[in-house]
Amino acid sequence: MGKILMKGNEAIGEGAVRAGCRYFFGYPITPQSELPHYLAKRMPEVGGLYLQAESEVASINMVFGAAGAGARVMTSSSGPGISLMQEGISYVAGAELPCVIVNMVRGGPGLGNIAPAQSDYFQATRGGGHGDYHLIVLAPASVQEIIDLMQDSFDLADKYRNPVMLMGDGVLGQMMEPVELGEEKPVSIPEKSWAATGRKKREKKNLINSLYIVPENCEVHNIKLGEKYKLIASSEQRWEEYRLEGAELVMVAYGTASRVCKAVVDMYRAEGIPVGLIRPITLWPFPNRRISELAETAKSFLSVEMSMGQMVDDVRLSVNGKKPVHFYGRVGGMIPVARDVFNEVKLILSGGAK
Amino acid sequence: MPRVTFREERCKGCELCKNFCPKGIVEMSGHINSMGFHPATVADMEKCTGCAICAMMCPDVVIEVEKEEKKVG
Amino acid sequence: MKKIFSRPNSLKDMPFHYCPGCTHGIVHRLVAEVIDELDIFDRAIAVAPVGCSVFCYEYFDCDAYQASHGRAPAVATGIKRVLPESVVFTYQGDGDLAAIGTGEIVHAAARGEKFTVIFINNAIYAMTGGQMAPTTLLGQKTTTTPFGRDSQINGSPVRMSEMLSVLDGAAYISRVSMHNPANVIKAKKSIKKAFEVQIAGQGFSMVEVLSSCPTNWGLPPLKALKWIEENMIPYYPLGEFKAPAEVV
Repeated sequence: MGKILMKGNEAIGEGAVRAGCRYFFGYPITPQSELPHYLAKRMPEVGGLYLQAESEVASINMVFGAAGAGARVMTSSSGPGISLMQEGISYVAGAELPCVIVNMVRGGPGLGNIAPAQSDYFQATRGGGHGDYHLIVLAPASVQEIIDLMQDSFDLADKYRNPVMLMGDGVLGQMMEPVELGEEKPVSIPEKSWAATGRKKREKKNLINSLYIVPENCEVHNIKLGEKYKLIASSEQRWEEYRLEGAELVMVAYGTASRVCKAVVDMYRAEGIPVGLIRPITLWPFPNRRISELAETAKSFLSVEMSMGQMVDDVRLSVNGKKPVHFYGRVGGMIPVARDVFNEVKLILSGGAK
Repeated sequence: MPRVTFREERCKGCELCKNFCPKGIVEMSGHINSMGFHPATVADMEKCTGCAICAMMCPDVVIEVEKEEKKVG
Repeated sequence: MKKIFSRPNSLKDMPFHYCPGCTHGIVHRLVAEVIDELDIFDRAIAVAPVGCSVFCYEYFDCDAYQASHGRAPAVATGIKRVLPESVVFTYQGDGDLAAIGTGEIVHAAARGEKFTVIFINNAIYAMTGGQMAPTTLLGQKTTTTPFGRDSQINGSPVRMSEMLSVLDGAAYISRVSMHNPANVIKAKKSIKKAFEVQIAGQGFSMVEVLSSCPTNWGLPPLKALKWIEENMIPYYPLGEFKAPAEVV
């Protein structure tokens, strides 16, 4: 099968269906509405369900129910809607349910605008909802990668019984790129003996719950979750290295920002100047091990984001004071321009940056 | 003769059974259970008709009601 | 001698944490009796709310979910859409259903979601300490209406059964009461009918149960039942607001 041209938002839907997702509950919001449109048509084709909920609050709670019933289920939204989902996401994590939540980030805060941004990084990686929990956060940078990461999202969600967020932005959602879909493989979903599907003749009842009214028990539960997150952090870090050989300045960028940075890396490498890029694919767990290694050999780091500076905190934590960490960003729906990033790198290399 | 039994340790002394018993035979005991309530009881079981209204109004499933099996002639 | 009244199998043998005389206990038992009588225990699924009855997920011995405040109808939607053969019911209080959860209950009913709602209306927020509920009566004193509910400040109480019965997706909506044995018997019949409507696939069903809260009303259990009869029923009339022509 050859390549076909797909729109990012639609690729999310197709990737989900191929990963065995049969339930989507969501609410329209720009810039991701093409995803519900696509699934409204595609789900019935595979015997699945697209249900338009009355709000994002309802959506995430429908996901809670469907996930507890053992299904592969997802929802999607953008910033304001993801904010509405935070209580529900905390419940999903607390009850250890698998699901996939897609955020196509737009300008904020508040109503902001419908243009692309990366300003929900804190919300995604620092909780967003209440309590001690983490989302696994995956950040694609191309439409092909969206297809691949959707499979991983559902697999990771089931493997760890945890919500997974796929975080894109308005550009990724709208862009069209050639995609290799491959043969449709039969879906294999792990058995879920914990699911509350009706007791039938099961000896023990199953309960989907995040309430631990006795503090001692709640602590035990939190420690158990913590062990899970430790395991995920040690085994699931993913990143891409782009022309890092001998890099003196290492750029750190994900999603759409990383595509601009790759162009800048190429510009410098064409002149023989050792600039490279590390592109986190998991924002949580953040690829801190590799960045920490690079901090031994690189001279400085530049975090490039479509925000006022959020991922840069994680870069700083990973570098741990060994080398200077700089930040360049555009916000409110603006996309960094290669020429401007180039100049920022020039400033740093010449020792002129703050 | 119909009979009601009270699971004393579950009774919270709410007195709904006492109030709704059509024969007025439910009373609250003189002693208290481990929760500190006077559990309901029936002293004069002969007067019980097995209507089960007490059991129906009990919020704590304290009461069981037994009746003679009707013999099919 | 034959036992003619005992604990239903679907109700776990454990003490209830509810206050003395709280009618939650009666309603729990009625629902469990209906589950036993309809022989649906194997496929019954309970969705517990936030409120005094949050622990109903322990008391009903079937599989259960604990939902975030107000969102049980959305959780139930997710469950029932994935498991259409199951019999799903939510058990919700007046804050859960008529305040924070109004969006979810309206749209579940509008969509005709095939689950059953047991709506406990005791005109107050009990678990959090006796605050005003959307169903608190005018003049009723609560911890947040210490001078009595004033319509100028807090509007008037909400009649959920009447409101929801306007929706085409709602197949069975009724209001019943716990205040005396005759009404408890009627309530059980209504709850049974609501479950039968679900099993027949006819749509959304809800039974609003006028219940007492002795602790937060400041009344002993018996007087609290009288309060339902004298104060709540005039404002919240009993009866079936929507019912299918026949339960198939």
